[in-house]
Amino acid sequence: MANQVDQGKRRFLIAATTAMGGIAATAIAVPFISSMLPSERAKAAGAPVEADISKIEPGAMITVEWRGKPVWIVNRTQEMLDALSRHNDKLSDPKLEVVTQQPDYCNNPARSVKPNLMVLVGICTHLGCSPSPKLEANGDMGSDWPGGFFCPCHGSRFDLAGRVFKGSPAPINLVVPPHKYLSDAILLIGEDDKGAA
Amino acid sequence: MKGAAVKKLLVVAGLLAWPFFALANESAHLDRAPIDPNNQASLQRGAKTFVNYCLNCHSASYMRYNRLTDLGLSEAQIKANLLFAGEKVGDTMAVVMPKKDAKAWFGTAPPDLSVEARARGADWLYSYLRGFYRDDTRPTGWNNTVYDKVAMPHALWQLQGQQVLKAEEKLDAHGAKSEAHTLVLDKPGSLSPSEYDAVVADLVNYMVYMSEPAKNQRLQLGVIVLFFLGLLFVVAYYLKKEFWKDIH
Amino acid sequence: MSKYLTGLLGWVDERFPLTANVKAHLTEYYAPKNFNFWYFFGSLALLVLVLQIVTGIFLTMNYKPDAELAFASVEYIMRDVSWGWLIRYMHSTGASMFFVVVYLHMFRGLIYGSYRNPRELIWLFGVAIFLCLMGEAFFGYLLPWGQMSYWGAQVIINLFTSIPFIGPDISLWLRGDYMVSDATLNRFFAFHVIALPLVLLGLVAAHLVALHEVGSNNPDGVEIKKHKDPVTHVPLDGIPFHPYYTVKDIVGVSVFLIVFSAILFFAPEMGGYFLEANNFIPADPLKTPSHIAPVWYFTPYYSILRAVPPILNSQFPGVAAMGLSVVIFALLPWLDRSPVKSIRYRGPIYKTWLALFVVSFLILGYLGTEPSNVWGVFDTGTPVVGGADRATVVARIFTAVYFLFFILMPWYTKIDKTKPVPERVTA
Repeated sequence: MANQVDQGKRRFLIAATTAMGGIAATAIAVPFISSMLPSERAKAAGAPVEADISKIEPGAMITVEWRGKPVWIVNRTQEMLDALSRHNDKLSDPKLEVVTQQPDYCNNPARSVKPNLMVLVGICTHLGCSPSPKLEANGDMGSDWPGGFFCPCHGSRFDLAGRVFKGSPAPINLVVPPHKYLSDAILLIGEDDKGAA
Repeated sequence: MKGAAVKKLLVVAGLLAWPFFALANESAHLDRAPIDPNNQASLQRGAKTFVNYCLNCHSASYMRYNRLTDLGLSEAQIKANLLFAGEKVGDTMAVVMPKKDAKAWFGTAPPDLSVEARARGADWLYSYLRGFYRDDTRPTGWNNTVYDKVAMPHALWQLQGQQVLKAEEKLDAHGAKSEAHTLVLDKPGSLSPSEYDAVVADLVNYMVYMSEPAKNQRLQLGVIVLFFLGLLFVVAYYLKKEFWKDIH
Repeated sequence: MSKYLTGLLGWVDERFPLTANVKAHLTEYYAPKNFNFWYFFGSLALLVLVLQIVTGIFLTMNYKPDAELAFASVEYIMRDVSWGWLIRYMHSTGASMFFVVVYLHMFRGLIYGSYRNPRELIWLFGVAIFLCLMGEAFFGYLLPWGQMSYWGAQVIINLFTSIPFIGPDISLWLRGDYMVSDATLNRFFAFHVIALPLVLLGLVAAHLVALHEVGSNNPDGVEIKKHKDPVTHVPLDGIPFHPYYTVKDIVGVSVFLIVFSAILFFAPEMGGYFLEANNFIPADPLKTPSHIAPVWYFTPYYSILRAVPPILNSQFPGVAAMGLSVVIFALLPWLDRSPVKSIRYRGPIYKTWLALFVVSFLILGYLGTEPSNVWGVFDTGTPVVGGADRATVVARIFTAVYFLFFILMPWYTKIDKTKPVPERVTA
């Protein structure tokens, strides 16, 4: 009692059901996978941070926390700024070719918006330790040390613009976070005119 | 007697039980809260009342200020109008009053209000906030028709004014005496009764929103999902029918 | 491409019984061709189990099993976690739907005699699954740490205290403390998230293996294996599970998902029956709510518990009755002495008793959601019941009916006038 099986219709219906099932599966997967993204609480905790920069002495630095990381704000003297251009041959990436390490408004020799204020994420680009500040030239870092940062974990060295010296285990320059000046006294870290990071 | 008859019996049993459901609930009479969850202006006014009057004693620690953008406010507006004590817009609505002090002053810590509307219901809140009356036997001097001997004073008394409870003896249909209690406005506040009712309605509207901010999204998505599933059902049904042509 | 796949499949088949199992359990597993509406609920139960596990995993990513943090963590999921509200509602709706589906699945077993020889073991695994499911729901319900969560757990654990001699020690051991506390919450979390799900998965696997060993029953209660094709040995009234029942179950799944989604998106609280209003108040060990009731799916048994009065100053008889009311299902294969399996061929006595049982279950279920004085009291002058809560009297009557359905079954199934059972299945 074999009826004619309409294979074409069967194939079509199987395809239609499979397609709708596929859409359903994808639609269902989206909420689950999205739920693993940072929650509102994480985003609020990682929100941009305001720093009072009005009282940083020239040649001194303050540290502020943003997203659980230390952010250094260094008030560089003219001497420190001048020293920056004198050791490009000792740097791994003097021309800032790795553009991901700073926002485009900091893609300049001083790596900053205002020449004197250097904003850096204080995490070594090697394996994540926080380097120690060695802001003074020479001193215990040796006679041709222009001032900068020294990472105690594996010996990476960075200058006062956060640029990494050759011979360091760290491959790339320190990160400059997105930031903008709300006034001469207040720096907002974590957000710039393009929006929050 | 097949499955169909069993189903009929279940329906009859269900119908017979119905009147008993009606007898079940005998709580205090509650006024219906005239709230419209889609009225953003109402919700914004309610948010303002909440922040100004309630957050002094109560927290709403699961509600983030920046979620209020749901109500059509910008973050700048939230910062300008609703943040008073140096909070950030991403913070949650924490309370000013320390819990220990609250317990000492009121006998019980004022509860967190984030989901109060889900616990009590809109009608309860609406009736409660309009049910305060002066009662000098109480430590705060206030009592409430919906929540007898409540520890909370009338936070909105300056707006509503002061009500008192008037007891009237009535004779019901059988000639038996019964006492009816009515609230009477003794000293008016800065708002007329209908204005006050509107403020409370806005506040309750906001509290209902705050108890489930995702509600609108849930309802909208529900329509789309059910529509899609309807289509899926149709396709699946025809697929089944086609294959089952083989079976006799 | 297909040549590559056949090669790959061959490689796997040499090392793993993949094709053999697909044939044995899908394409060459023969199920009766006359399955009806009542036969959807097994596959739906499996679907809900998967759903609960998947949503449960994602909830566990953000839930905190700590008395200070639990309630807040649930609201965190509802508000701050992307799509957290959806995952939470899927889990809470799924929990109630699990019981809807399982009760309907059990009812199918009841009306078609699916528990009868040779399927007793499938039924026993099923009763074990049902008991585990009740435990799983009970442990899970404490986790939101609301007022209902806390006091429901407190009441149920206190029931164990009534067990003679060892009761108080058992309760102390279960709680891990002198009252329900953080210790209790943490261990209930462990039971709910890992221990019972593993046991459930094992029991479900056993349930299906036992089923496939003997083959499914059907609405006529006739054994399809009795009449096989002389050449192919395929049951004459059997059809391969795949594609016919896979394709039919997809329809069942889509209808289920429509009901499930309608509830989830438009009424997740279900009038306070799926998500209770009192559970939006954080647990307060010092303040008992005025009205504690278990979640709707436990209410029939709770009714039975309350209906049995204390005997010799002990609450234990009520507890025992409640336990018995669930466990007694396991005895069905041996209580039922009818020569026929399916309700289609049973006589009027059985049908009446089954109807009474269903009505009892529903009324006891409703009464369990309400306080005992929901219908007031009988006037003190009334003989026998004077002064007693009306609802308690009704609950006692229907508790008796509930148990009599089982206890009298060996007698009324034997004397019942059955109809002749066909040799082959009907439509």
